Amino acid sequence: MTDNSYARPGAQVHFGVFFHGVNHTTIWSDPTSGSQIDFETFRRVAHTAERGLFDAFFLGEGLRLREQEGKILDLDIVGRPDAITQLAALAGITRNIGLVATQNTTYNEPADLVRRLSGLDLLSGGRAGWNAVTTDNAWTGENFRRGGFLDHADRYERAGQFLDTARAIWDGWADDAVATSTEAPSWATAGSVQDVSRRTSQFDVTITPTLPRSAQGHPVIFQAGDSPAGRDFAAAHADVIFSRHGTHFDEAFAFAEDIRARLRRAGRPEDDVKILPGTQIVLAENASEVEDKVRWVLEGQYTGQTALSLVGQVWGRDLSDRDPDGPLPEFDPVPAPISGTRGAARDGKDPLAIAREWRALAEAQNLSLRQVAIATTQRSGFAGTPGQVADELTRWVRSGATDGFNVSPYLVPTGLDEIVDLLVPELQERGSYRTEYEGSTLREHLGLRPPLSRRELLPRQAVG
Amino acid sequence: MSLHLGIELDGEGTHPEAWRRAAHTPDRLLTGRTVADRVAAAENAGFTFASFDDSLLPPGADGGPAGRIDAVNRAAFVAATTSTIGLVPVVGTTYAEPFHTSSQLATLDYASRGRGGWIAARDTDQRVAGALGRTEVTAPADVAREERDAIAVVRDLWDSWEDDAVIRDYATGRFVDRDRLHYIDFQGDAYSVKGPAIVPRPPQGQLVVFGFDGQTDPSEVDVVLVSGATAGDIADEAARAKDSGATLVFAELDVALGAATPAPSSGRLSFAGEATGLVDLLRALDSHVDGVRLHPAVVDEDLPVLARYVIPALLRAGVAHRPVPGSTLRSTLGLDRPVNRFRAERLEESSR
Repeated sequence: MTDNSYARPGAQVHFGVFFHGVNHTTIWSDPTSGSQIDFETFRRVAHTAERGLFDAFFLGEGLRLREQEGKILDLDIVGRPDAITQLAALAGITRNIGLVATQNTTYNEPADLVRRLSGLDLLSGGRAGWNAVTTDNAWTGENFRRGGFLDHADRYERAGQFLDTARAIWDGWADDAVATSTEAPSWATAGSVQDVSRRTSQFDVTITPTLPRSAQGHPVIFQAGDSPAGRDFAAAHADVIFSRHGTHFDEAFAFAEDIRARLRRAGRPEDDVKILPGTQIVLAENASEVEDKVRWVLEGQYTGQTALSLVGQVWGRDLSDRDPDGPLPEFDPVPAPISGTRGAARDGKDPLAIAREWRALAEAQNLSLRQVAIATTQRSGFAGTPGQVADELTRWVRSGATDGFNVSPYLVPTGLDEIVDLLVPELQERGSYRTEYEGSTLREHLGLRPPLSRRELLPRQAVG
Repeated sequence: MSLHLGIELDGEGTHPEAWRRAAHTPDRLLTGRTVADRVAAAENAGFTFASFDDSLLPPGADGGPAGRIDAVNRAAFVAATTSTIGLVPVVGTTYAEPFHTSSQLATLDYASRGRGGWIAARDTDQRVAGALGRTEVTAPADVAREERDAIAVVRDLWDSWEDDAVIRDYATGRFVDRDRLHYIDFQGDAYSVKGPAIVPRPPQGQLVVFGFDGQTDPSEVDVVLVSGATAGDIADEAARAKDSGATLVFAELDVALGAATPAPSSGRLSFAGEATGLVDLLRALDSHVDGVRLHPAVVDEDLPVLARYVIPALLRAGVAHRPVPGSTLRSTLGLDRPVNRFRAERLEESSR
């Protein structure tokens, strides 16, 4: 069933599940909330997602526990497994679902990280993805040998060089490098493995690749940054963008148009990169239940203490003795020379400007401190009956605003159940969701062409 | 006495030509299926642990396999599909980031429900430094310092969360008690690490750490791996290691059973012959060491013989014991779950 008034009438919704880990949006206080570290929790979510024919299971990365005013943030979920290791364990007990790890290009080296990603890709039969992110703060660097060695301006330069090196490593083995018979002259054909040497502003390395290409060529590249530099980076390197624009249609559509323009400028077809915004989905039987459930979710996500902490991050001081249901602080934020909050999203923005905005908002809508925190930081996503949400998601995808969604359940591990049990069937009824996995690799699930690097090689070979 | 049995499962075996006698074509070596089938066979046979050698460099020489999936990934891949066997990857100590090493191994321990171990191994080939863009570490004292620091940092990070740090206190809205999380503030000669870990304290508290005799300080590890050309040499080395503080001593042993051709000398004790001869040798070693790590010449030929003839004989004789489902590797080896270093310090301080 398709509606030809859409730009992409036959498009289907792609789903990933983002196992959030460290955050304030997973309601850990609910009695059904499971361990945030035991393997069983991850197994349960991954199996539910696979039952729901999701494209991918995502894990985030953490390299230092978040702090506020020099103290470890203690209100939110703290602690998470190492992403690639955990996904390798999940690869052993799943068959189809993609396994995507967020991994930093700043505090990793290509020889090691690219090899571990390839290992995951081979063990899983071509289901690995890499969400390549950058960091520039020396604070995180305090956990690593080199310390804080990278200037802000260099982080995308390093990331670009990292990706270039990664592709060279992945392409280092000829497709027929490995013998197919135990009678062959040697295990690998002579000359079929090429060393990769890079002497650039960020790297001085010589790497002998140790792994062949996987069933999908190499891991699918995800990118999550939203700045102009991040968007250009995606247009140059990424297969998928894990965007932030998963709540407001117009914003999502404008983002998609911008990415399409950047892709054209980069010489790529405009559907070459899939856009999967992070989002949240709240489902209930009817309108009044939906309203109740949204309120319940928000209250669980924004406890009084969490609201005080979020506002305190902007104000640069401890506000925990104030009333979350009272007004915003009457005094101005303290613009510290180094921001007081480490590892939080607001790091680096002007607190005085944010405070002005928030006060104006509070005055205009008569909001308490907690309500301001909710209004300014939550990205609510979708709420409705399964049928309503299915209609809306179908509209987004068929209009070209996104290619699907990366859903973060607000409850773990049970929160994905109703999406798989109630929403997926509604989407399937509308013809906007797969009824079985069409392939076995992540690249096939997403409908991606072969890896960029391989496509670049093809014309040259054809000419030669 | 009782002998713990381990098996090294890297590649196709220690013999350079092992790949020619593998049960599959060469291109099947680097697959999940091959890893999973072999570890399952080792677990069913009754091995205490499987180890996975590693390096950033290609393993192959003389036309052998040129590819290798990293050891932590291989161990993790089988963690949830096995239930008793210990999973012990090699992770280098000279150039790897201890923060990453600590997180990866702790995660392996969670995925395997407490069956993770770590062989702390020096990177001696300077091409590893070249691949990572690091300054070469060549002086023996510096290599030793890197190893000491790596083990210290990884162990401290495992302890940087007390076991009960996650409190989920609804009244105060706190998920963790930050007083039970600890900055490790490691200051070495070459680098510093702040902490705490990202991964909460692993199920075993501390994974079982293996080190090599003559390299690692025996008191820093749980298991010392000793090599020697003869059983007598092994006995002497084992006694020396025990004297210098080793908790457990395992003998390294190359095996080539039945038709398999012995691999060229590795410096390890080597056995080639029929299963009954190996059973006799292992029974003889039993009075000198706590365990053995077997290095098969050809995995696909030796592992089935070990499973069918060697281990059953040792189990029947009461020399070896099958690990019990639900046990951690630490408890299988008879090791206590260590007290958390920071908790002990905190309690000591508060009692003053």
